[in-house]
Amino acid sequence: MAIELRVPTILRTYTGGAKAVSGDGVNLAEFIDNVNGTHPGLKERIVEGEPEELRRFVNVYVNDEDVRFTGGLKTEVKDGDVVVVLPAVAGG
Amino acid sequence: MIEKATVDAIVAHARRDHPDEACGVVAGAEGSDRATRFVPMLNAAMSPTFYEFDSGDLLRLYKELDERDEEPVVIYHSHTATEAYPSRTDINLAQEPGAHYVLVSTRDGADSPAYDGPVEFRSYRIVDGEVTEEEVRVVGSYEETEGEH
Repeated sequence: MAIELRVPTILRTYTGGAKAVSGDGVNLAEFIDNVNGTHPGLKERIVEGEPEELRRFVNVYVNDEDVRFTGGLKTEVKDGDVVVVLPAVAGG
Repeated sequence: MIEKATVDAIVAHARRDHPDEACGVVAGAEGSDRATRFVPMLNAAMSPTFYEFDSGDLLRLYKELDERDEEPVVIYHSHTATEAYPSRTDINLAQEPGAHYVLVSTRDGADSPAYDGPVEFRSYRIVDGEVTEEEVRVVGSYEETEGEH
């Protein structure tokens, strides 16, 4: 078992075109680091700044819950969870 | 190439939500480049100068597209006081390189159903911060264009 990351079209350049990749971790930050180890470049498209935060116009969901409401990068994850990343559809 | 009924639906949505920006997608079968299913979305920003799909709605939309083997062929929104050209914000935030970004303007009275002039309706590709306008060809139905190249 592992944690699955669903990759949006625009980030599939980092996954060789794969729609989903998997990784491990006890929280979202660790999981993203782990996945970035096998697919370098993914992380900086999801996370920014110091201390690290989720990018404002990227939405991340763990098991369908927007992580902004569940602790952001500290959101706990476990085997079998599904993490979905979706770029915001927004503009001015 | 887009169907007349879809153009009318997008313009009607833009007028309905004026003076706020309206937004939505027109979905189509993956790889078909045919925008066949009109999906108006709520502008969670409820603003005359900004639009953003609600995050819960966004997740539901993409799951639905996935289940139906569809993609957002068109992503549309309105400008309510400026021309139908991508703003700097539109360009910075565009993250669907495969989509046609359609802009409608409801400025200068075009929001009124009584307005009988042409409504600005334009389409662009936005890839890596680069905007390319494309011609919009309005057809009665995609079927009638079959066999054309």
